[in-house]
Amino acid sequence: MSIFDIFTNQLLNGIVLGSFYALVALGYTMVFGVVKLLNFAHGELYMVGGFAGFLVLSFLAPYLGPGWLGVAVSMVLAMIAVGFLGVVIERVAYAPMLSAPRLSILITALAVSLVLQNGMLTLTKGQYVPFGAALGFGGIKLGNLFISYNQMILVGVAAVLMLALELFVSRTQYGRAMRAVSVDKDMARLMGINVNAVIGITFFVGSALAAAAGSMAGAYYGSLWYFMGFLIGLKAFTAAVIGGIGSIPGAMLGGLILGLLESFGTQLPGVGSEWKDVFSFSVLILVLVFKPTGLLGKPEQERM
Amino acid sequence: MSLLELKGVTLSFAGSKVLDGVDFSVPAGHIVSLIGPNGAGKTSLFNCITGFYKPQQGSIQLAGTEMLKLKPHQVTQLGIARTFQNVRLFREMTVLENVMSGQHSRTRAGVIDAILRLPSQRREEAEIRQVAEECLSFVGIIEGWEREATTLPYGWQRRVEIARALATKPRLLLLDEPAAGLTSGEKEELIDLIRRIRNERDVCILLIEHDTGLVMRLSERISVLDHGVMIAEGTPKEIQSNQRVIEAYLGVEEDALDL
Repeated sequence: MSIFDIFTNQLLNGIVLGSFYALVALGYTMVFGVVKLLNFAHGELYMVGGFAGFLVLSFLAPYLGPGWLGVAVSMVLAMIAVGFLGVVIERVAYAPMLSAPRLSILITALAVSLVLQNGMLTLTKGQYVPFGAALGFGGIKLGNLFISYNQMILVGVAAVLMLALELFVSRTQYGRAMRAVSVDKDMARLMGINVNAVIGITFFVGSALAAAAGSMAGAYYGSLWYFMGFLIGLKAFTAAVIGGIGSIPGAMLGGLILGLLESFGTQLPGVGSEWKDVFSFSVLILVLVFKPTGLLGKPEQERM
Repeated sequence: MSLLELKGVTLSFAGSKVLDGVDFSVPAGHIVSLIGPNGAGKTSLFNCITGFYKPQQGSIQLAGTEMLKLKPHQVTQLGIARTFQNVRLFREMTVLENVMSGQHSRTRAGVIDAILRLPSQRREEAEIRQVAEECLSFVGIIEGWEREATTLPYGWQRRVEIARALATKPRLLLLDEPAAGLTSGEKEELIDLIRRIRNERDVCILLIEHDTGLVMRLSERISVLDHGVMIAEGTPKEIQSNQRVIEAYLGVEEDALDL
């Protein structure tokens, strides 16, 4: 393979990986935006989303088949279910804590994460669970680069979801309400905005996006594991920080950048794929040191 | 017939009374000022009216509807809007978006419609935009709508804030020190604007203001709050010669209050 082939291949890998990161990072950043909470349970929603998709698919596969149609319908239903799970988590675990010190709620988030993880560990007995999708191996060949249909669909779906989110946030009254709540909750109330409802919507949308990523990952990689949300949760957090936490375009950009950095980083001489995680978290540290507000984040303004 | 009616409103924080049995009303169609020395409880009273503070006793009614149990966003939906002492526009939103956000409670399209961007939702977005443009034009902001709101000059920001409050379609508009930090020219424009809001949009005005000249010229009724107690109510002329008001402001007896 020539250098060029390596480059295009890694570009493709990076975009696929980055799509997953970006979808999960969006939930992180949206929730942080409206309630200033680092929702460390967010990665688990990706995991639960994968299992929810698996469960729905196992019921639907006899009717819709295990192909993309079945996976797509399962993904949508998993998104709705996990969206509601996110809202329930917010209402039960976070809402009573919102006026408590920041550290208390952070610990609550870690606890929620452990509950979900260990709950799934118990249910699955720690085994890998095959997702049960059969997506085929077709694709197109561009020179030496092979792009599978699966990769195209996956990146396409992620792009459509992100575009829809961006339009929702920038062009609709609910999106404006969401931004208003993230800037000044009391003022938002005076605009007649039901702040609790907006927080609920935010958790729903963020969790649904994580579930979309989880279902797609299950279908694409073929199996699920109770621990699969942990690392991607941290990676998504890293992506959100790189892009500027609280910024929605930032999360998309950060996810893509992190995906690309990882896929290219592992090609550097002396940096094998086992160094992948070391690489991404070093990037996190560098960003925090040199540009703590991230690429698209704005410095928090103190109100006098 | 009064639009806003407060009866025996008592608010305490940790045992100390901030408002003590306040009776107060805003007659329909009037411009009313609430004055009083610093720390008298004026802003607390505003916070009670808008539902942010919950008085332990009393009743607060807007056109006969009890509001004591309502949440702030429900009070807004009922028809009360307010601006703040220090301008509080939404950062990272344009002027137009700020004013559009004021119409949230009048949005009918649900979240699903918004996500799918159904035609009805698009039509509503256009309507919301139109109302926002009208409110901005009304307060005299006819350009710079796409600018980030917090980058406007201070005097303009105040007007945008008023436009945003008007976009909630209030029946009663509470203005907390609207003239603070304005030049004398801008104050004249503000007086004119407040009168136009009342006359042309049929919105009652209740303002807290320390610029007594402005208060005397603009108000039709004035209420005076001191240490959480309503000590006087009347026309500007009556208030100017009210002995208790003079004492409250000066702490000693004087022949006349040079307002």
